[in-house]
Amino acid sequence: MQLLVNGTPHTVTVEDEMPLLWVLRDVLNITGPKYGCGIAQCGACTVHIDGAAVRSCQVAVGDVWGAVTTIEALAPDAALHPVQAAWIDHQVAQCGYCQSGQMMQAADLLARNPAPSDAEIDDAMAGNLCRCGTYPRIRAAIHAAAAALRKG
Amino acid sequence: MSRTRTIARRSFLIGSAAIAGGVAFGAYLVARPIPNPLLQGLAEGEAALTPFVRITDKGIILIVPRADVGQGIASLQAHLIAEELDIDPATATLDPGQPHAAYYNATVAADGLPFALYDDGRLARMARAGAKGVIKVMGMQITGGSSSTPDMHETLRRAGAVARETLKQAAAQRTGITRADLRTENAAVILPDGTTIAYVDLAGEAAAIDPVTDVTLRRPDQWRLLGQTMQRTDMVAKSTGAQVYGIDLRLPGMEFATVRRNPGIGGAVNGYDAGKAATMPGVIGIVPVTGGVGVIADNTWRAFRAAEAVQIDWAAPAYPATSDEMWRVLDAAHTDAHRNSRLRNDGDVDAALSQAAHPLSAEYRTPYLAHGALEPLSATVLYTADRLDIWTATQVPDVLRDRAAALAGLDPARVTLHLLHAGGSFGRRLDIDYVLPAVEIAMTRPGTPVQTTLSREEDMTHDFPRPMQLARCRGAVQDGRVAALSLDTIGPSVSESWFGRILFAPPGPDTLLVLGAYDQPYAIPDYRVTGYKAPSLVPVGSWRSPGACSNVFFHDTFLDELIHAAGADPLAERLRLIDHAPSRGVLEAVGEMCNWSGPALGDGRGRGIAYGFAHGVPVATVVDVTATDLGITIDAVWIAVDCGTVYDPVNAEAQVTGSTIWGLAHAMNCELTYEDHAPVQTNFDRFEGMRLHQTPGLSVRLLEQGPHVRGLGEPATATAAPALGNAIFAATGQRLREMPFSSSVTFA
Repeated sequence: MQLLVNGTPHTVTVEDEMPLLWVLRDVLNITGPKYGCGIAQCGACTVHIDGAAVRSCQVAVGDVWGAVTTIEALAPDAALHPVQAAWIDHQVAQCGYCQSGQMMQAADLLARNPAPSDAEIDDAMAGNLCRCGTYPRIRAAIHAAAAALRKG
Repeated sequence: MSRTRTIARRSFLIGSAAIAGGVAFGAYLVARPIPNPLLQGLAEGEAALTPFVRITDKGIILIVPRADVGQGIASLQAHLIAEELDIDPATATLDPGQPHAAYYNATVAADGLPFALYDDGRLARMARAGAKGVIKVMGMQITGGSSSTPDMHETLRRAGAVARETLKQAAAQRTGITRADLRTENAAVILPDGTTIAYVDLAGEAAAIDPVTDVTLRRPDQWRLLGQTMQRTDMVAKSTGAQVYGIDLRLPGMEFATVRRNPGIGGAVNGYDAGKAATMPGVIGIVPVTGGVGVIADNTWRAFRAAEAVQIDWAAPAYPATSDEMWRVLDAAHTDAHRNSRLRNDGDVDAALSQAAHPLSAEYRTPYLAHGALEPLSATVLYTADRLDIWTATQVPDVLRDRAAALAGLDPARVTLHLLHAGGSFGRRLDIDYVLPAVEIAMTRPGTPVQTTLSREEDMTHDFPRPMQLARCRGAVQDGRVAALSLDTIGPSVSESWFGRILFAPPGPDTLLVLGAYDQPYAIPDYRVTGYKAPSLVPVGSWRSPGACSNVFFHDTFLDELIHAAGADPLAERLRLIDHAPSRGVLEAVGEMCNWSGPALGDGRGRGIAYGFAHGVPVATVVDVTATDLGITIDAVWIAVDCGTVYDPVNAEAQVTGSTIWGLAHAMNCELTYEDHAPVQTNFDRFEGMRLHQTPGLSVRLLEQGPHVRGLGEPATATAAPALGNAIFAATGQRLREMPFSSSVTFA
């Protein structure tokens, strides 16, 4: 079947029911999206399909309905997306394993809501688990990224 | 000069760190210099000026042997060297190196002795020196116990200084200018006329001379990196998806595998039927591994699916089947026959309690807890007839190398470890059980790299959890003051369980069982802490702030109960009782930060304070909560800690907030309960910790009054739960004596 990932078309020959996550990671060797739980509880596998955040461990590859974007291509032209720049500036990551998913979710939020409140951030990020406890910096970095995006 | 002499001289750093007192092994062994591992296989024109600095014509490689499991220690190790070496750590290559005696951890052994870490008396100092000597001889290279910074900070700064002065000496020999007239900046030696010679251009000459070991470390007021806002070296990779964790490694021709092992840890495999699984798509092989079955496939998902399809008949393990039965074992262990230590015994507790008009008593419980690092455990192994390559993350590389070598029937020198950053650990990677089956699997596929990944469910079922623990406390108050406190803590031994798996069970009292209780610097007149070692149950392990994560909860919560009974102020009475200046410092600081005026805040709100001394760090935490219609909310948290010297303030703040959230999250929401010998909670739907919406604002103050440099990865874990419980009591009048608190109250 055909997949468009990070602007590149791929042909893969796997079961239709194989989760997109594992096709990305083990077939296409795109390892930014992480396996954490396999049951949509941690959000580490978050990618965009046609710009909207989805849990790639729950999307059968046969059901993929649009262009897939992973953390590797969140920013076009190898630059940094404002979310990534804010993450670096606030030194959000500790182990870093959940952060690809956190940033993909945050980017989706900011694309829909340029000035989210704390409560709106809490709602949008509720599905993304961080075991290291980086949440305060995630919140701060999202506000900073929102401000940077508004400035353009 | 002879290479042997060069090696001996170059090992000055480690040799000089040895302390006389090697009673067990003799002074010679303890004082003997350890060779520099980097001198093996050095190419022409390369220099290994210390075991931590290697310079090639391509650049500077810093050896950062303590494992980065998210706590940022790779970056800090690099900054400690770079401060003296005068390089930008972001331009260096960081390499965990190969396990070697040169990278032994002395602090972790000294910390395990039965002396509180604020005890700097002669006996304690002598015992610590002896323990450091023993560890040096054994050469154990371990990351854990918040020991990396205390153990390495001087060693690494000194390594940077030795390398710098040696490079200057090489430049002096080349130019005829005396070393004293040279300076260094930005990875180059600068001559008086401003000419620069890059370090990389001096490597060959520096390798040919004796390292300059007579160095003076720079004073804190001379630091240009340490103590300032610095950027962790891993931030860009971890913010772009580029960081390669164990499960991200990709090698040409690699196959993917998983394991299923007996959910009853240690139980045997009676038999299995892989008939159906073997025919599933992509399956390459189904092989027996110790305690279970390994499935090799062409991708991880297919391996997971096939593993589920294998029919396996498990034998029961040696421990009871259910949590209820295990609690009964702990209850039955509260007898003299199980008494293991009484490391605190001040005054006469029995007399004080028998004379007290209204003695108080209370019982507390903490449950088993999984580590639940977000990255599932994995290892990639390439086996050939004469060589083993292992890519993984571990906190015990020398143990791993030796055990993997023994399993493969190879000399340890034939094993190469490729050590990676871990996607979390929290103590889990002090065990190597996830690597050994990967070796067994790879040995069935010689010449082919095989990546073995545990499913989340397998990872959590096969954790070595924080043990369940029970405490029985008694105490008395008099004239508005706390007068007597007795704490009996009863639990399985992490030391016995973990050491038994890794090395051997250590002699002496089990300090970990009572850590966080016996070693609190309170001057309570009649004061006693007794440890009771229960029989082994589920195999257990170190979990962020081991010992203290349960014992500080017991100790501080019961103290809060006594203070309440005495009618005293929780902050003032703790201050009155504490006989340790840095500890009073953190209590005073946290009181100032929250503008303390007592626990009652009105309108369903309450404030709790907790104090604990953990891993050599005094910590005070204040939590504000509100009892709302939807449940309890945590409104704000203040934490003050004293780690002696703050090298990386940005990351220090992250460690204190992260460990506080860790402590709060598990106190509120998490437990492992057992049925049929296995945990019921095997994924994050039933073990989720804390999410963003439950996370309060946290304020941290980092103090530097303590006499010793200490680490911050764990200590603040210990005070989070009692501060929260004390706050809920202040808000609602309900005293929480059992974790998780969610079994007693609802959180919004």
